[in-house]
Amino acid sequence: MIRLWFKSGTPWIWLNAAAVSACLIMVIGVLGLIAARGVGHFWPSQVAQFSYQEEAGQVQTIIGEKIDTSITPAAMAKATGYKMAADEDTLVQYLIKTGNRDITGTDFRWILARNVKQQEYPPEMMVVERREWGNLYGYLVAVKENGVTIATGEQAWPVVQAKIDEALAVFEEIAHLEKKEVGAINYSLEQLRLEQKRLQLKNRWDAAAEQRTAAEKAELESEYKNHQTQLSELYQQIRRDSLVAKTAGGNEVEIPLSKVVRMYQPNTMGLFEKIRHYGIKLVEFLTDDPREANTEGGIFPAIFGTVMMVIMMSIIVTPFGVIAAVYLREYAKQGFTTRLIRIAVNNLAGVPSIVYGVFGLGFFVYILGGNIDQLFFPESAPAPVYGTPGLLWASITLALLTLPVVIVSTEEGLARIPKSIREGSLALGATKFETLWLTVLPMASPAMMTGLILAVARAAGEVAPLMLVGVVKLAPTLPLDGNYPFLHLDRKFMHLGFHIYDVGFQSPNVEAARPLVYATALLLVLVIVGLNLAAILIRNHLREKYRALEG
Amino acid sequence: MTAQQVRTHSIDMSSVLRGKGSQDEKSEACIKVEDLKLFYGEKQALHGINMVMPKKKVTAYIGPSGCGKSTLLRCINRMNDLVDNVTIEGKILLDDENIYDKAVNVAALRRRVGMVFQKPNPFPKSIFENVTYGLRIQGINEKRLLEETVENALRGAALWDEVKDRLNDNALGLSGGQQQRLVIARAIAIEPEVLLLDEPASALDPISTLKIEELINELKEKYTIVIVTHNMQQAARVSDYTAFMYMGELIEMGTTSELFTNPVKKQTEDYITGRYG
Repeated sequence: MIRLWFKSGTPWIWLNAAAVSACLIMVIGVLGLIAARGVGHFWPSQVAQFSYQEEAGQVQTIIGEKIDTSITPAAMAKATGYKMAADEDTLVQYLIKTGNRDITGTDFRWILARNVKQQEYPPEMMVVERREWGNLYGYLVAVKENGVTIATGEQAWPVVQAKIDEALAVFEEIAHLEKKEVGAINYSLEQLRLEQKRLQLKNRWDAAAEQRTAAEKAELESEYKNHQTQLSELYQQIRRDSLVAKTAGGNEVEIPLSKVVRMYQPNTMGLFEKIRHYGIKLVEFLTDDPREANTEGGIFPAIFGTVMMVIMMSIIVTPFGVIAAVYLREYAKQGFTTRLIRIAVNNLAGVPSIVYGVFGLGFFVYILGGNIDQLFFPESAPAPVYGTPGLLWASITLALLTLPVVIVSTEEGLARIPKSIREGSLALGATKFETLWLTVLPMASPAMMTGLILAVARAAGEVAPLMLVGVVKLAPTLPLDGNYPFLHLDRKFMHLGFHIYDVGFQSPNVEAARPLVYATALLLVLVIVGLNLAAILIRNHLREKYRALEG
Repeated sequence: MTAQQVRTHSIDMSSVLRGKGSQDEKSEACIKVEDLKLFYGEKQALHGINMVMPKKKVTAYIGPSGCGKSTLLRCINRMNDLVDNVTIEGKILLDDENIYDKAVNVAALRRRVGMVFQKPNPFPKSIFENVTYGLRIQGINEKRLLEETVENALRGAALWDEVKDRLNDNALGLSGGQQQRLVIARAIAIEPEVLLLDEPASALDPISTLKIEELINELKEKYTIVIVTHNMQQAARVSDYTAFMYMGELIEMGTTSELFTNPVKKQTEDYITGRYG
């Protein structure tokens, strides 16, 4: 019976199906975990007020969000030094996000569930998201303008909301002025300085040039002064208002509204308000700059950097790989040498990526970049332009890393073009080059796209080599902006993969950063999926267009 | 029969034929093959072929599989150059010019000697682009001229009426017979002097085959045609001259009517009567 069953092949089919399901479960599990942990981060959770009896005996008030619960068996708790009663078999602890880091020094603490005497969710509890020191939890006491109290008690909440909107508008104006306008002036001033130095190095710095530069400089500086006065007015305006809050310890603290991002009362929010809040936070996450050592705010620069680098890498690797593959497959005499080259190319794909990073740093950054600086940018010495890690070198390093994939798939695509098509073209009087260019390469383009898809998938997820050749924790400017020449390949950039590492392992505030790690990981996966989908769509379109002859 | 004997016969035959051709027919020679030998590596595939193909006539090569007829045909537009490890000795004269001369531009030669393959091989492009492919390579981009050529070529290949409304459709959407006629149109669009057909109907159904044969009859008014075929009836129907090849040798060549009704060699007779082993 059993033998017959084995002979029928049924167990084999079951084994195959089981392997596929195991793969599927793992993929779904990974994505599910990341999504569940990351997506919930932006949901405004209730803020509780506990009256808590410390082990020492005194009772105090603790305000915060319940983040996590941990259950420890009694024996283990005892071993760690907790006193356990005879009838207790587990020790339950809550992780509370208490915020107020500026006051208490920490913003998370574990409390014992058995010591919680009372737990309530007061409706007037408020959360203040600040630009510094994380969230503040407490009660609104008063709103002040120029140090004078203008509203207290129940009237304070609507007043402070209006004031905050005002302050945010001013803040945005300041940010625009500082980043765009003043940034552009500084950039132009720097260009002028470099221009002057360049002329001096060439011994062409004469009176005319000096006059011209001075005039331009004066103009820029007067513009700068205008902005400066505007800015100081705005600063005065934004510093005018402040709010007073009462914290868990009973202290009253005054917070200038210029430091507030938003404030809300989570315990009174309805479902739709919460959804709206969630949406706003999500948009902020996707489009804003990071704050507070990357643990708050958005990750837009990292998204932008990742996509930008992958695009640059694709632009470099595709022509390079295709040309190499065409030579290997179409022109080179097949033999020992080409076999050797193929083996070498395939092995390149197996080299650990950090090795590429080291190579990129040693060769591209120091040797190539250093020489470029000496030859073309002597005026900016001793500050390096290309002789330092940057977007260009990161893209080239990753292009090198993914080159084997593109070469191998292009070669396979070329090999799959039927001989009859080539002969048909040659018989019409086309040279080999024309045949390649007009017929073979277009027909092989889906295979090239397959190579590119694999390359993108690998490059977008790579972190290790990037740490050596251009990624930084926080880049002050994007590699693409409004200052000529718009695309700044020498700039350092941020990357989602590195961001995960940085937030997760290098952050001063690990508990606060953990949900962000998941959210960023989810986003990285989504970005890679998006880039791949785009490439797959293009490939399918090409496939349809150059459908090869049947058989 | 040994290879040595066959060789003497074939050389005799070709010299006979040369005299015969100029007496019986008033056609002038277009392609002359002189002592052509071809080796794939060590293996010799053609053993000194001598033959003449007259202008604006249809010459058919018949013979069992592997006898070298396709190889010989592919020598006429130097398609064998693409094969690795091939050595060719001897001459092929196209209008008294040796096409294996070093100075010959192969691409230009192939413009003069068009070729249609056994399996239809249209490019995965539109019908229009397929027909204009050869012209575009020559740098002709004038729209009027291209359109005119496409119409003439497709009419010439008896395909115009079927595809005139969908010239921009992908050529791969055509039926096998239409594809083969498209490929012929593509070949005649560049106005070659010679058209080489390598078993052009072997992959087609009987109706398409009939159309192709009718087409060959029309085309011979303008082109010198050489056709390789497995089908002896087809050779009898479409060709003016027939050459019988066996094991890389030319056994016998003559006017089609003569070769089929009154073959000189026993081998030829055995083959055309189907007694060949």
